[in-house]
Amino acid sequence: MGQVLLVSGLVGRLYYLQVVEADTYRMLADDNRINMRLLPPLRGRITDRFGEGIAINRQTYQLVLVSEQTESVADTLDRIAALIDLSESDIRWVLKETSRRSDFVPVTVREGLSWSEVTRIEVNLPELPGVLIEEGQSRFYPYSELAAHVTGYVGAVSEAELTAADPLLELPGFRTGKNGVEKIFETELRGNAGTRQVEVNAYGRVIREIARQDAATGEDLTLTIDMGLQGFAARTLGEEAGSVVVMDLLNGDVLALVSSPAFDPNAFNQGLTSEAWQALLNDPKAPLINKAIAGQYPPGSTFKMIVAMAALEMGLMAPEDTVYCPGHYTLGNHTFHCWRRWGHGHVGMVEALKQSCDVYFYDVAHQVGVDKIAEMAERFGFGAVTNIELTGERAGLVPTKAWKESVIGESWLGGETLNVAIGQGYMLATPMQLAVMAARLGNGTSKVMPRIARSTTGPDVPFFETLNIDPEVLAVVREGMVAVVNDPVGGTAYGARIEDEGMEMAGKTGTAQVRRITTADREANRDLEDIPWNERDHALFVAYAPLHAPRYACAVVIEHGGGGSTAAAPVARDVLREAQRRQSVRWPHDDAGGLPGQEV
Amino acid sequence: MVAWSGRFGPDNLSLTEKLGAMSWGLIALLLLTAGLGFAMLYSAAGGELRPWALAQMIRFALGLALLLSIALIDISRIHRFAYVIYALALVLLIAVEVKGSIGMGAQRWIEIDLPGFRFQLQPSEIMKIALVLAIARYFHGLNAEQTRKWTSLIVPCLLICVPTAMVMRQPDLGTAVMIVAGGVTLMFLAGVALRWFVGGALLTLGSLPVAWSLLHDYQKQRVLTFWDPASDPLGAGYHITQSKIALGSGGLFGKGFLEGTQSHLSFLPEKQTDFIFTMLAEELGMVGALLLIALYLLIIAYGFGVALRSSSQFGRLLALGVVVTFSLYVFINIAMVTGLIPVVGVPLPLISYGGTAMITLMVGFGLLANVHVHRDMPVGRGSSQGPF
Repeated sequence: MGQVLLVSGLVGRLYYLQVVEADTYRMLADDNRINMRLLPPLRGRITDRFGEGIAINRQTYQLVLVSEQTESVADTLDRIAALIDLSESDIRWVLKETSRRSDFVPVTVREGLSWSEVTRIEVNLPELPGVLIEEGQSRFYPYSELAAHVTGYVGAVSEAELTAADPLLELPGFRTGKNGVEKIFETELRGNAGTRQVEVNAYGRVIREIARQDAATGEDLTLTIDMGLQGFAARTLGEEAGSVVVMDLLNGDVLALVSSPAFDPNAFNQGLTSEAWQALLNDPKAPLINKAIAGQYPPGSTFKMIVAMAALEMGLMAPEDTVYCPGHYTLGNHTFHCWRRWGHGHVGMVEALKQSCDVYFYDVAHQVGVDKIAEMAERFGFGAVTNIELTGERAGLVPTKAWKESVIGESWLGGETLNVAIGQGYMLATPMQLAVMAARLGNGTSKVMPRIARSTTGPDVPFFETLNIDPEVLAVVREGMVAVVNDPVGGTAYGARIEDEGMEMAGKTGTAQVRRITTADREANRDLEDIPWNERDHALFVAYAPLHAPRYACAVVIEHGGGGSTAAAPVARDVLREAQRRQSVRWPHDDAGGLPGQEV
Repeated sequence: MVAWSGRFGPDNLSLTEKLGAMSWGLIALLLLTAGLGFAMLYSAAGGELRPWALAQMIRFALGLALLLSIALIDISRIHRFAYVIYALALVLLIAVEVKGSIGMGAQRWIEIDLPGFRFQLQPSEIMKIALVLAIARYFHGLNAEQTRKWTSLIVPCLLICVPTAMVMRQPDLGTAVMIVAGGVTLMFLAGVALRWFVGGALLTLGSLPVAWSLLHDYQKQRVLTFWDPASDPLGAGYHITQSKIALGSGGLFGKGFLEGTQSHLSFLPEKQTDFIFTMLAEELGMVGALLLIALYLLIIAYGFGVALRSSSQFGRLLALGVVVTFSLYVFINIAMVTGLIPVVGVPLPLISYGGTAMITLMVGFGLLANVHVHRDMPVGRGSSQGPF
């Protein structure tokens, strides 16, 4: 009767739940109790070409408190405060957190403990129930600001990054690369998360570990940078705002890339105060900008080799053809001045380069035309990004007639060609592009491209397109560059020559005007110190060395440094000499320096 | 004293005769069932006797002593005091109500603080037994013809409605349902005409909207989440959802004794009280659950046997009343944890941890045993034998 119905109802229900739907419920039960925890991977190390760590992981210690294991959180915090530095607000925060969370959840009391603080806590652990020292790993840049613009820095995951699928990004405290190679090689450096399956109870307390798959450490990254040379270049540049780029002109390896002033990337990892951030942003010397690739300057006289080669290639000019320089050049009713007011007299091409005669190049450029100059400039790397593995690179600008018509909407004026001839006007280049030009001039056959990450699999010398320049044309400008540095009579950078036998360099000075020079200025002939810093000229120098078997190219740009010969050339000299001295360090077992040298 | 006369009238069964006629089979079944309960409480504590299993054993031992004592009391005396007990239970219910209205919120028990002994007296539990006694006594006084009259329904309906109203006010929906269901079933078994039940059922259906408006919000919520537990899996539906997960994941043979993940990791709420059947079914599987249900059925069958063999209407109704109350406990609890009916807070008899329920049950079984012992004894009728 009724009883039978009720009992069969119950039994039927049990059968349905425990037999028919058993698998579903078994899965739900596992969902309940099994929790996946992510194990963050260790970030790959970034080293220089010798394996010297530039961005490494450092053991960090944090102090955590489990409130269920201590009788009074407040008393324990007081005892901790007696041992290590702990602010009132820290204490208040911990008290709030411990009361808000389940009492078995560890609450972080302080991060970034020093080793002496760790030992002080460890010794007193018996009096500190519930206190634990947890170990972690955090990014550390041992060279501080020396390579800041190369490595970049890591920081907390941003909202924009959160859209990516990697669950690691949601881990509190996870860091991603924000700049430099840290950002470009983020995927490789990051590694893969491990997982830990833990059994938890209804309150989330971990009961035991069921399974564990360790995280895969990110790939290490070897840069082409030579930290010894990088540090030397940074010290040589000193307090100036500017950049130094040193390249191996055979394979494109960037051996040093300095942008000054820099910043301490460690500060970004630890979290910057807003005052510190504002100070960095508002600094007139722009420490956050990697000037070597993002600074765009008029190349000034360093551009004259391009004009010379364009003329030679077109056959408009023979090297020995001379131009008379009275100190100025007239086009229409405009007068264009030479830097030397009293003029250079009759000069040929080598002489014009050596003394950096502006009138010679006004005359040549007027014959060549801006478009042919632009063609040659592009062949030597101007007007396009080099695609070096860094963030924020800019392309500079090589003006042409078509460019002006489409961008500015006006037709090209003949006088503008004269400005381009001396690397002024619309013409803009980055220090990296200047270094590439120097490298291609020194290399002579290949369109050398810079690289900063060392390929571990590819060939030692990557494939480069051919430069396709007549060796005789090249020989003329090289002769001019040799004379600039090594000719005691009129060489603009003779004072900055390398005297060491076999290490001599060839180069070209440049001085880029920041503001228009008025007649009054010319009359006044003011001293550098009398001009406000931000109105002084940029000082530039491009060079390669050694003369007879070019191996290293260098570009130096010093913002508002005054003249190229006095401010930039000595820096280039010191850096190129150091680069050659360090050659035996770089290739200790190979006299040829890892690659067959070139005879000129 | 003639030998046969010993079977009639009060006090003419000797103690040895009574012990000989004692329901040892029932006691054996109770021991087995309670033993299973101890094992589950041991498991619920993660393989520890404390805090539950040991306390439950002591209560069961006390209850067993109480059962034996009650079984030995002369059945005529029980008949005589039936209304008095009912009246006392009602007074206690009112006392709880008064105390509750002075104090804060729901109050279901009276704190009894005797020297050296302190416990919570739950008048609604006492009322379950008292109501059975009162109805049994009422119908015992009527012959079959009187029973069929509609006027005979007035008194038992009042007997049921007054305590139900009090319990509803506490508010304790589960116990209220138990009291009504137990009382009505007993009336049916006493021989009240079926048409009254049909009419009553229709009346109940009609009054449902009114009853609904009288329910507390949390009671409404329980009924609502019963219909759709998934609508609020972490709130009100949590109990049902987690209970079904535990049951289902146990499968046919269970996860093994002490191995229930849902119960041991605290996903299952109230695992030692109302939801202990779920834990049993998780650890011992459907096989274990069926074993327990079989034990319950044996106890129920035993009770019906006692009722059938009782020579007095009072004894028969008393036995039936106890069995019906017991089966209601079993059915409602299991139906509740398997998600067949809303969560109402009824313990699983003999298994769930809880003092009052255990004592109430053992008193009930004591009465059942009493009927069994005095199965051949007639019980006098009417008011001439009145309570005093």
